[in-house]
Amino acid sequence: MSHFSPTAAVSYFFNYFLMKGVLVTIGLTVAAVIGGLILGMGIALLRMSSNPVLAGAARFYIWFFRGTPLLIQLVVIYSGLPQLGIKFSVITCALVGLILNEAAYLAEIVRSGFMAVSAGQREAAWALSLSPWVTFRRVTLPQAFRLMIPPLGNSINSLLKATSLASVISVEELMRRSDMLMQEHFQILEVYAAATAYYLILTSVWDAVQRRLEKHFGRSSVTKSRKVATRAPVAQASVEARA
Amino acid sequence: MSETSTTTTEGATVQPQLREVPAVRMEAVYKHYGDFTALNEVDLKVAKGEKIVVCGPSGSGKSTLIRCINHIEKHDEGLIYVNGVELDHQRKNIDAVRRDTGMVFQSFNLFPHMTVLENCTLAPMTANGMSEAEARDLAMHFLTKVRIPDQAEKFPGQLSGGQQQRVAIARALCMRPKIMLFDEPTSALDPEMVKEVLETMKKLAEEGMTMLCVTHEMGFAREVADRIVFMNEGKVVEQAAPEEFFKHPKSERARTFLDQIIH
Repeated sequence: MSHFSPTAAVSYFFNYFLMKGVLVTIGLTVAAVIGGLILGMGIALLRMSSNPVLAGAARFYIWFFRGTPLLIQLVVIYSGLPQLGIKFSVITCALVGLILNEAAYLAEIVRSGFMAVSAGQREAAWALSLSPWVTFRRVTLPQAFRLMIPPLGNSINSLLKATSLASVISVEELMRRSDMLMQEHFQILEVYAAATAYYLILTSVWDAVQRRLEKHFGRSSVTKSRKVATRAPVAQASVEARA
Repeated sequence: MSETSTTTTEGATVQPQLREVPAVRMEAVYKHYGDFTALNEVDLKVAKGEKIVVCGPSGSGKSTLIRCINHIEKHDEGLIYVNGVELDHQRKNIDAVRRDTGMVFQSFNLFPHMTVLENCTLAPMTANGMSEAEARDLAMHFLTKVRIPDQAEKFPGQLSGGQQQRVAIARALCMRPKIMLFDEPTSALDPEMVKEVLETMKKLAEEGMTMLCVTHEMGFAREVADRIVFMNEGKVVEQAAPEEFFKHPKSERARTFLDQIIH
């Protein structure tokens, strides 16, 4: 086979077996984001705690999981832990690994978001007798979240691609199923072209979602000058409408 | 003001049955930041309804002084009573004091992601359990008072500095404080917006609000203050009625300060 067959690539793209792999990739990503955010938020709170033991434990966690490759973490969970009598299903292993790893990154993003909210915001909340929960939920979290969206978007983009590492522990996601098709038909470029297209589509869809999120959460904190800027096209549009 | 009130209250947090409990009483208060002493044995007594202007060179501890009164800063030593409640770092006492005090900051510190109205209704609804309708009425009452009811649906970033600071005042008033603390409320404003904020504060003073105000606005001090507290290097150097203070400052430091500030 000395040429690239576009029709074969297209047929792989619409291959049902591969599509199911795409769904697994999406599922892994969504579950790891949700699990990672919850765990990461907890770790970030510990990291910001004034208790040196808790803060130290969180720091150790972040240091450990950011300092080792996800691939090793997955392999250790899948192949290493059974040696100690701890055994999970394949998909659980992948999720545990992805969540533990993602949480370390997200914890740092969450922490930097909270640290970027000015101290004056918390002081104003205290002065108004707001409870710690209301201060967190209504004052600091929404502002921190807005600041977190761009780095969060990056991290989720990386995670989406990192799910392909789960193929190594035999999770049949997009990468693994591409390998399987490739080994069956030996149309290497055609199969991976289809897989590449899926990854690009998924990351592009996420990009679009992220842009909408940024717009949505940025909306309420328009500065005066930006407001004027956004008003101008409206005025222009109404002039055009009249003309 | 009866000095005996202090001796009758052994151990009790709230001084009972005393009609003349001062709004604020500070005794030998110290505050340190590392090696730096921000408050150095500060004694201060503010009667109910009294208007105090705190002034002094930068770094003299003025802001720290009023920030200690609602426990935004924790004092290290000494006693602080607010309306008879001792600020002893106990949660319930801190909460009680914060309910009695409203604070206005130099940098406004409005919540940028909420509308003006939401800024004003958040605390009454969550901390006082008011219904949304009640809180809304209350907020509109105070927004009208600071003359910006028409901006209620806007976000703080869409308002001028003067308007933002007036919203901040309205927001604080929505918690019905007995004492208002102002930490350089006009220092971050463009000159043409200073007046509108000072007018709002004057109105508040006329209504009998107890006020402590850190400011460099000496015209305001002269007109509104019952007493000027002059600070330097963490100490209260002198206290006097404005007339007295401006005409005959006792300390050398106050004289040089006034020379620099009144050109």
